[in-house]
Amino acid sequence: MLELHQLTKAYGTRKAVDRLSLSVSKGEVLGFLGPNGAGKSTTMRMIAGVLIPDEGDTVIAGHSILTDRRAAQASLGYLPEGAPLYADMTPPQYLAFLARARDLPRGEREDRIDQAIADARISSVVDKQIGALSKGYRRRVGLAGAILHDPPVLVLDEPMDGLDPNQKRAVRALIARMAPEKVILISTHTLEDVPRLCSRVAVIDQGRIVADASPAELAGEYTLEAAFKALTDQSEAQAA
Amino acid sequence: MMSSFTSQFRGLKAAFTREVRAYFAAPIAYVFITVFLVALGLFTWEGARFFDTGVVDLAPFFMWHPWLYMIFLPALAMRLWADERAAGTDEILLSLPVELPGLVLGKLMAAWSVAGVALAFTLPMWITVNVLGSPDNVAIALTYLMSFVMAGAYVAIGAAASALTSRQVTAFVLAVVVAFLFTAAGWPLVLSGIAGFAGPGAADAVARFSFLTHFEAAQNGVLELRAVFFFASVILLFASLNGLWAAGRRTP
Ligand SMILES: Nc1ncnc2c1ncn2[C@@H]1O[C@H](COP(=O)(O)OP(=O)(O)OP(=O)(O)O)[C@@H](O)[C@H]1O
Ligand SMILES: [Mg+2]
Repeated sequence: MLELHQLTKAYGTRKAVDRLSLSVSKGEVLGFLGPNGAGKSTTMRMIAGVLIPDEGDTVIAGHSILTDRRAAQASLGYLPEGAPLYADMTPPQYLAFLARARDLPRGEREDRIDQAIADARISSVVDKQIGALSKGYRRRVGLAGAILHDPPVLVLDEPMDGLDPNQKRAVRALIARMAPEKVILISTHTLEDVPRLCSRVAVIDQGRIVADASPAELAGEYTLEAAFKALTDQSEAQAA
Repeated sequence: MMSSFTSQFRGLKAAFTREVRAYFAAPIAYVFITVFLVALGLFTWEGARFFDTGVVDLAPFFMWHPWLYMIFLPALAMRLWADERAAGTDEILLSLPVELPGLVLGKLMAAWSVAGVALAFTLPMWITVNVLGSPDNVAIALTYLMSFVMAGAYVAIGAAASALTSRQVTAFVLAVVVAFLFTAAGWPLVLSGIAGFAGPGAADAVARFSFLTHFEAAQNGVLELRAVFFFASVILLFASLNGLWAAGRRTP
């Protein structure tokens, strides 16, 4: 339901993402791992239609992001890196803006907004301006925005960053609950989240996939951390 | 079924309502309107000796519109795109199933509406001159209309400049420079300079692109469709550049 075909993006002469292909099907939660600068966010931006790839294409729920962008984007919930938000709005105002921009049926908007607020657990801050919220709450408002339209495909760039342990557990539970009906792609640097969250792991390094397996397979006899280190150590040494 | 033309403007309403809310949620709009009105009042009063010229009309008032718009409207529009880029929210906009022309027009119309509200607050001037004498009300109505249309052109310049940078100040300075060129191109001082330097033909050509020249036409009480068409073209031109520059975010 989410297919990446040979995605390529270069900044200057340096390829941030290099002919990256991946296919994720319904029910899978794919953890996207890789060292800083590996190309995770760049890949996710291309999936979301924020960046146009130099080469390659993404197909979301059957729609090409290049030739049928609006339909592809309508099927996608995207949380950008750092969860950027409009500081001058309250969470419900922000969600109402998204509902209007996404042209959700008028009669459903209220319900969808209430549902997203409940799922992202932000009902205690609905009267505050987003700019006045703590980092963790802001992340959760961003998450509410990504799931507002109940999209079949979710792309979340470091959704757990800045959450306290209780909220992490809540978000994990939310993702687990949504997982059977959706395709979910999550980038994270917190390796201990991976086995609890993901059914599959793709490790990316220098814009290429260097491993694609289940968390257990990847960890093998050792730990995920050891596997991550072995797979990506080389690039760190090169960069240094 | 949505026609393919209107679907090109998907997102217009969402962008418009968001931006109008943003203007009035923060003190921006109120500060803008107040300072604009005070400045306009002072200039009109001081510069034209409103009460002792003997002639009762709004010419000394309208005369300042282009010059004040040149400063105030870039200030109003500078946040429209620069702020999105600074906060990273442009990434949200670009991930939505909307079209850039819709976002561009929605934002432009929001700032233009605030300018329209400011203009509406000057209507007591119109009442005053009617109390003091009997001005040409048709000419005044047309000039108000043209002033509003012209404001759209200044907003479009400001919005386009805002799409070039993540710094509001940069957008402001850039827009004022461009707006100044378009405004001053009709300044008699500039025109006679150009005429002396490159001949009257050149001065004519430059005046053709001047906001001042096109705005003054309305003050004679004739609806110059050419002037409306001129401002509409300027708006279209800068809205297109705005869209182009905003789209540039997709291919850095
Ligand atoms: N706008 C940009 N201009 C130039 N280079 C960029 C730009 N954005 C990203 N890059 C480069 O592309 C490469 C991939 O960056 P990307 O943000 O995708 O990495 P990442 O895997 O998300 O890293 P992190 O874990 O730190 O978030 C990096 O080398 C980065 O410097
Ligand atoms: Mg990243």
